Amino acid sequence: MLTIKNLHAEVDGKQILKGINLEIRKGEMHAIMGPNGSGKSSLSSVLAGRENYTVTQGEVIFEGKNLLDMSPEDRAREGLFMAFQYPVEIPGVSNLHFLKTALNEIRAYHSLPALESKEFLKLTKEKQQLVDFNANLMNRSLNEGFSGGEKKRNEVFQLAMLDPKLAILDETDSGLDIDALRIVAAGVNKLRSADKAFMVITHYQRLLEYIVPDFVHVLYNGQIVKTGTKELALELEEKGYDWLKEEVHQKESV
Amino acid sequence: MRNSNEIIDDIANREYEFGFTTDIEMEMAPVGLNEDTIRFISAKKEEPEWMLEWRLKGFQAFKKMQFPKWQHFEMPELDLQKLSYYAAPKKKKQLNSLDEVDPELLATFEKLGIPINEQKALAGVAVDVVFDSVSVATTFKEKLNELGIIFCSFGEAVRTHPELVKKYLGTVVPHSDNIFAALNAAVFSDGSFVYIPKGVRCPMELSTYFRINAENTGQFERTLIIADDNAYVSYLEGCTAPKRDENQLHAAVVELIAMDHSEIKYSTVQNWYPGDKDGNGGIYNFVTKRGICKGNSSKISWTQVETGSAITWKYPSVILQGDDAEGEFYSVAVTRNKQIADTGTKMYHLGRNTRSRIISKGISAGHSDNTYRGLVQVGPRAANARNFTQCDSLLIGDRCGAHTFPYIESRNSTATVEHEATTSKIGEDQIFYLNQRGIDTEKAVALIVNGYAQEVLNQLPMEFAVEARKLLSITLEGSVG
Ligand SMILES: Nc1ncnc2c1ncn2[C@@H]1O[C@H](COP(=O)(O)OP(=O)(O)O)[C@@H](O)[C@H]1O
Ligand SMILES: [Mg+2]
Repeated sequence: MLTIKNLHAEVDGKQILKGINLEIRKGEMHAIMGPNGSGKSSLSSVLAGRENYTVTQGEVIFEGKNLLDMSPEDRAREGLFMAFQYPVEIPGVSNLHFLKTALNEIRAYHSLPALESKEFLKLTKEKQQLVDFNANLMNRSLNEGFSGGEKKRNEVFQLAMLDPKLAILDETDSGLDIDALRIVAAGVNKLRSADKAFMVITHYQRLLEYIVPDFVHVLYNGQIVKTGTKELALELEEKGYDWLKEEVHQKESV
Repeated sequence: MRNSNEIIDDIANREYEFGFTTDIEMEMAPVGLNEDTIRFISAKKEEPEWMLEWRLKGFQAFKKMQFPKWQHFEMPELDLQKLSYYAAPKKKKQLNSLDEVDPELLATFEKLGIPINEQKALAGVAVDVVFDSVSVATTFKEKLNELGIIFCSFGEAVRTHPELVKKYLGTVVPHSDNIFAALNAAVFSDGSFVYIPKGVRCPMELSTYFRINAENTGQFERTLIIADDNAYVSYLEGCTAPKRDENQLHAAVVELIAMDHSEIKYSTVQNWYPGDKDGNGGIYNFVTKRGICKGNSSKISWTQVETGSAITWKYPSVILQGDDAEGEFYSVAVTRNKQIADTGTKMYHLGRNTRSRIISKGISAGHSDNTYRGLVQVGPRAANARNFTQCDSLLIGDRCGAHTFPYIESRNSTATVEHEATTSKIGEDQIFYLNQRGIDTEKAVALIVNGYAQEVLNQLPMEFAVEARKLLSITLEGSVG
């Protein structure tokens, strides 16, 4: 579904991604871990098409198409979704109105007619229950005055509504208490299916107890330095990242 | 992918949708401004002597006045002697129904989307249309007549209800109020007149559509609205003008009078031609709008959505004379390219327990300059007066300007005056967030701007709110910063 080859990217003239290689197939759950500042959010930003990142080398193929050639909105319409680490607030724009606009834009791209209000509301209700999202938040302005946890849960609600092929979750777990974490994880698990894939970025092993990954990748200094299965996450939890950093530096000095 | 600057340049190059002209035989006054011009206009309109005298008083006042200097923009050179002060479609006879209106003119209104045909009339909007200087059609007159509501062109009111016009004309905006009001008093062409009798709630929106078509003309209409005791009326004005390389002056006067327990809601969607991207051409929109809450518990509410004009310069105001009277001002002013807006309101609290609420949303893009200027004045008798002002500026790009000048003068210690102001930018983060959900940048800006202006748009009568939203979206299409 997604093939990342030798991806290099910079921001403000600073090299951040230094040769990422990654293959994600349908149905898979990939976890990306790594210390702060290692480039996890940068990777998701580059995939989603944030303007201030410049790709200097490499390529990304998404469902057979060159992802990097597409505008951010077309990437979204092709089925790429990113749950933001820091979701923005948009005052005066109701959550539902925003979602309806988004959904219909995506449908129009696929030559589907806009959803009738009735159908839309039905879908809304269904998804809201599926991911256990607070119905009161749906009519409020988009993320305005939401708590940190509510914003993260709104990202998962949007994910459920827009039904993408590939979802990138950037530290969706950070800032959540254990109950909220469980609910978010349960929501994500319900959305898993054989024709969807996930890339879950997390700082902590904790989330992966609930969302069990098929692969765990460790990103450090703009590169994937280790790939394993869920046991790798446990190992990282125990030993921290320092041993990995040393390993990397040793390799480099050889 | 397009970057922000490209998109900003793009909007700068957007065409003004209503910039066509209508080819119609016109009757024009000779160019120039003097007593003869005024006599000419008055004669053309077959006015009574008292009306001519009032005009001449206005002209005397005008001659003694200078252009003001306090505004936050450079006053353009205005040669008032080069304008023609009267332009009217040549009419062959008195028009009695829409069927008799020149089809070319009707086609124009069709293009403008003005609801003067019966079909739109079903929507329940009575419309008066002012084309250049003359009011050409007032729909629904009979239905309103049954309720005793008078809704007609100003000229007609002078003929048919002289006692009402004489009683109220110039009582809110005197003929010598300011230089543009004085000019208007002298040369005003036409406009609308509304009288709602005691206890009557006007069952439909009343609406006037202004259009400047002729070249080298100014438009100087006057609107006078009176709501008698316990009456209610909601009134809407809309305006467009063709594209021209020269600037055109629009100096209107609006007077509102609200008696005991009455309410007047006045909404404007202003979309005059704003000029091209380099600031050539466009309308100078120098308008005096003022209402008086004469009666106790009366209410006047101004709502304006200002997207057009090269320069918009006006302060729709309310004199809160009656006890418990209430004044409101809701404004969205959008400027782009080299447009200038210096707008806001004045609330004069004279009566006890008077309340006012000011919500101003400025949106600036391109090289434009957007100023809010507002005065809240509390007189010594206005015990427990309350004002709340919220004044927000939204910047799109980094070449535009936003300024806020709130003036507060309180002479009563029991008064509460609150002022809040914010300035924000449409963030790349907001745009990107919406992009990531499949919404393109143009739609994203429209969504953000509409959300930002929500509180004001909500004040508009429903069908106009829809139009205003559309207008905001197309006006700002693609303007990102
Ligand atoms: N706009 C920017 N300008 C310069 N450096 C940046 C910018 N954005 C991110 N970085 C740097 O890129 C590196 C990776 O950041 P990020 O992708 O946010 O890491 P992570 O999500 O793994 O914590 C950090 O060193 C960060 O300081
Ligand atoms: Mg991060």
